[in-house]
Amino acid sequence: METVKLTIDNKTVEVPKGTTVSKAARMLGIDIPLLCHMELHDLGIENKPAGCRICVVEVEGRRNLAPSCVTTCEEGMVVKTHTTRVLNARRTVMEFILSDHPKDCLICPKSGHCELQDMAKRLGIREIPGQEIAAMSTYRKDTSPSIIRDLDKCIMCRRCEMMCNEVQTVGALSAINRGFMSAVAPAFEQNLEYSPCTYCGQCVAVCPTGALTEVNHTPDVLRALADPSKTVVVQTAPAVRAALGEEFGLEPGTLVTGKMVAALRALGFDYVFDTDFAADLTIMEEGTELLDRLKRHLSGDKTARLPILTSCCPGWVNFFEYYYPDLKDVPSTAKSPQQMFGAVAKSYFAGKKGINRKDMVVVSVMPCLAKKYECQRGEFSVDGNPDVDYSISTRELAAFIKQANIDFNNLPEEEFDNPLGESTGAGVIFGTTGGVIEAAVRTAYELYTGKKLERLDFTELRGFEGVRSATVDFDGLKLNIGIAHGLGNARKLLDDVKSGKSQFHAIEIMACPGGCIGGGGQPLHHGKSEILKARAAAIYREDKNKPLRKSHENPFIIELYKEYLGEPNSEKAHHLLHTHYFERKKKIFVKP
Amino acid sequence: MSEKIIKLMVCSGKNCSRKQGDDITDALKLELEAVSLENKVQVVRTACFGLCNAGPVVKVWPEGTIYTGVSPDDAAEIVNEHILKGRKVERLLYTDPATGKKIPDEKSLTSLKKQLRIVLRNCGITDPENVEDAIAHGAYLALAKVLTEMQPEDAIKIIKDSGLRGRGGGGFPTGLKWEIARKNQSDEKYVVCNADEGDPGAFMDRSVLEGDPHAVLEAMAICGYCIGSSNGLIYIRAEYPLAVQRLKIAITQAREYGLLGKNIIGTGFDFDIEIRYGAGAFVCGEETALIHSMEGLRGEPTVKPPYPAQSGFRGKPTNVNNVETFACVSPIILKGADWFSSIGTQKSKGTKVFALAGKVNNVGLIEVPMGTTLREVIFEIGGGLPKDKKFKAVQTGGPSGGCLTEKHLDTPIDFDNLVAAGSMMGSGGMIVMDEVDCMVAVAKYYLDFTVEESCGKCAPCRIGNKRLHELLEHISKGHGTRADLDRLRNMSVVIKDTSLCGLGQSSPNPVLSTLDNFMDEYIAHVDAKKCPAGKCRDLMQYLIVKENCVGCTACARVCPVNAISGERKEPHLINQSVCIKCGACYEKCKFDAIIIQ
Repeated sequence: METVKLTIDNKTVEVPKGTTVSKAARMLGIDIPLLCHMELHDLGIENKPAGCRICVVEVEGRRNLAPSCVTTCEEGMVVKTHTTRVLNARRTVMEFILSDHPKDCLICPKSGHCELQDMAKRLGIREIPGQEIAAMSTYRKDTSPSIIRDLDKCIMCRRCEMMCNEVQTVGALSAINRGFMSAVAPAFEQNLEYSPCTYCGQCVAVCPTGALTEVNHTPDVLRALADPSKTVVVQTAPAVRAALGEEFGLEPGTLVTGKMVAALRALGFDYVFDTDFAADLTIMEEGTELLDRLKRHLSGDKTARLPILTSCCPGWVNFFEYYYPDLKDVPSTAKSPQQMFGAVAKSYFAGKKGINRKDMVVVSVMPCLAKKYECQRGEFSVDGNPDVDYSISTRELAAFIKQANIDFNNLPEEEFDNPLGESTGAGVIFGTTGGVIEAAVRTAYELYTGKKLERLDFTELRGFEGVRSATVDFDGLKLNIGIAHGLGNARKLLDDVKSGKSQFHAIEIMACPGGCIGGGGQPLHHGKSEILKARAAAIYREDKNKPLRKSHENPFIIELYKEYLGEPNSEKAHHLLHTHYFERKKKIFVKP
Repeated sequence: MSEKIIKLMVCSGKNCSRKQGDDITDALKLELEAVSLENKVQVVRTACFGLCNAGPVVKVWPEGTIYTGVSPDDAAEIVNEHILKGRKVERLLYTDPATGKKIPDEKSLTSLKKQLRIVLRNCGITDPENVEDAIAHGAYLALAKVLTEMQPEDAIKIIKDSGLRGRGGGGFPTGLKWEIARKNQSDEKYVVCNADEGDPGAFMDRSVLEGDPHAVLEAMAICGYCIGSSNGLIYIRAEYPLAVQRLKIAITQAREYGLLGKNIIGTGFDFDIEIRYGAGAFVCGEETALIHSMEGLRGEPTVKPPYPAQSGFRGKPTNVNNVETFACVSPIILKGADWFSSIGTQKSKGTKVFALAGKVNNVGLIEVPMGTTLREVIFEIGGGLPKDKKFKAVQTGGPSGGCLTEKHLDTPIDFDNLVAAGSMMGSGGMIVMDEVDCMVAVAKYYLDFTVEESCGKCAPCRIGNKRLHELLEHISKGHGTRADLDRLRNMSVVIKDTSLCGLGQSSPNPVLSTLDNFMDEYIAHVDAKKCPAGKCRDLMQYLIVKENCVGCTACARVCPVNAISGERKEPHLINQSVCIKCGACYEKCKFDAIIIQ
């Protein structure tokens, strides 16, 4: 490998050619502050517009200061990172940025997690000269079902734009206006609701300030909990337990399943259930659907379209409904685990307990912002009563726990309630990319071949590669499986499906990079991909520790079919657990 | 070739358009038809003659008689007297503002004596809508020479040796740029002509494109041959409809004559040109922003490297040159590197076109050899300042240039000298200011432009320029302090030092150069709360001098807010709390009784 040698702050370092100055400095233990730059190294995602100019350094022989985030090292380069000139420039630029940023940190939803706040603290900014005569750029606020945009707080780091366009290829956000009024917004400064937005929330996940935040539903949940006439049921998605601890200072990848259950009980939920149960149920339905389509396809039935696409990710559903409406009969008709849970809770469980569905409130805790939109979709309600009433994010739950004076880290571990709290390892791994299809394979194999699966860990389906494929031997039948996470990667597989080139029998798609562990509602990763890796590892650990690891072995799933649903894909199952998709209109609304 | 032997050239410069250039053209044509001379005398709308204050101008070619202040009604007289009878129309001849004498023809024009026209060589001479006429004046000869006699390396060497530097503002050696683009191997390369002329008041590129479009097309083809490209793109402001129209005509005609397209003049070299339109963003003159705009993306710059020569339009090696730069190419090829490098200063060769404007007698486009002093340009070519006002400053380099003073007047103009003096060449704007121009207001005026035109990508330019503008506003209202002046300087230095592209790296120049050269004026604004030039409204008062006031009441009657009171034949008084400082009374008073303080 070709290397170059350079001097940074009088220290010499040899780095591979193409390394940026900021990375070379880090090798020397010199931590140049970066603001707009963000990198998820393991996922190959990098935002480097070089727009904030906080990371500028002095390079000998250059007329101007150089942004260290994009300046590549050259042989013999002499770099100074903290001369008077650099420090003054950095401070002055930071003062510029702060002069056009609201000062309501105390009541900002990002307070304590704000990278701009951290940077102001780090640079020791104590006053903003000229603030009294400084105009502020202000914009109309926008609240969508999932995401709130407050562009007054936008610092033009362009991370959201990069995520939305390059990673997700959704194209809802781009820079608008010019000069002082520049900001990132949907075209024509339109509301998100009228844009192609899928509510995947990746913009929120990377926003360094309070410009993009989630819609907060905890007040609604609190109101339900305080209402004695309501039975409040909560379900928690698999990825939540692998990340919630981070909000309480625990190491990334710490599993807090038991503490989370205890906290939810302490908050006053009447039943603490697990979305993992519904994940197992999803496998029963989706796996059966896969086998059915596969068998019909193999026997020459042209109406049985392959590949089958997973449908548990609401961001992904929104994506294909907008961009690939002609393929809307390709994904599985199975509802997402969140919605399956709601449907079962408000029918089977409510019936069992003798509770009127109108008196039951179902709350979901999700790593996801698209779930907020999903549970509001009209088709997921009965007579106007939604199957899932409120969806709150991992972050919202953490804040809720803190407000309730609960000492989370010292809580004893507790178990989920039954029957909807029991799950297998297959349900748990839904939380990371490749997990749904691995869970499906574990069940489908045994149902198809009638043989016991010897090897449960399909490591070939795991990892962070954006598009992955593997062939699984179903006792002679070679099943080709594709996996994509991130909607840009999904688009690649989908274009193949559309043009008939796809060789896959089944494809798993997750809208967020890394799957649900990297969801828009998770604790902020601030560009550290090792956090996402630690969460994924925790998910697989939880799976490994489960006594049961195949969905069809979940005793309460077996009971549910026996008592209520009959067979997977039965008429009743179809009515409760399956859905259909719509074409989202590509129409531009121009609101004043 | 054209049979017409006499041409009546009507300038289509900015002022002339405003003053009925089209009507004059039509009137002249009608009069010529009336005497059946329409086949002998051609009426052509051409580019600026550099006499904008005397416009519209009609020039009789080839003899060089210049008629100024022409109206459509004068057409008959010009045709009947001059064309038919050979008698000059005395009353329409140009009057030298310095001597008051009538100028019989352009050879006697002092403002032209110091000029040397290379870029504008054919402007106002050839018919821009006729390729045959262009060829008759030597167009495409250089292309033929390059294609038939030279290897690309030889032609690049000539351009390198000539010392030609980019005329768009950066001053990067053109030959070197071509060489780098040539060395970057690729299946496709692009030649881009930057015609996104955005400096307010600058119109040299437009004049070239309107007056001599083939000069640019030819040079682009030469460049294509040199760097190994068959694709040319002209990025032009959509606000230049006449230039666009003439370019389209020129491209079509050049294709018909085999001078563009496949197998140019039978040499096997292919090169064709497309036009792309700019959407009116100043920043798109920056080459990376320009390329993004052509790709359909937001027009904003990206960090260099990679340079366009490495990765430009659609990720392919791309050579971007400005119109004026391209216009220099053919003469260099034909006359040689030595000829070109003999003109100018040590590091800046050839000529430069300036748009001379402001408080100067002869406004308009001028082309002078590099090394001409500011004094020569302003006082000899420009004819000095009108109304015998005192020279105060000259602003060069467009909105991001600096203001130079008396002490810089003998500086020979070239890229490096202007930068050393705290300004820049830019694309060639030159605005002369006199004693009644307030330098704080001037700095604020330019900042107003850059605040508007910043793309918003980097923080120092997006927010910093806005803050500079606000602080200048604060000072011009009389609220500033000495500490604000320090802050003004610090913000300016940091914006220059940290901005992403040339726009932000130069936008504080008007502030820094006025701070350097006119500190006393700033101090007057912050200490005494006075504007010495009497321009800052909040810092001035209109006062009535009792001794001079005869009590005619004219001022009171013209005052829109009834701020002036007083009995007839008694001295009047202005109520300062009501006065809106519109200046109407000042204009009206015939007795010099109203003063500005």
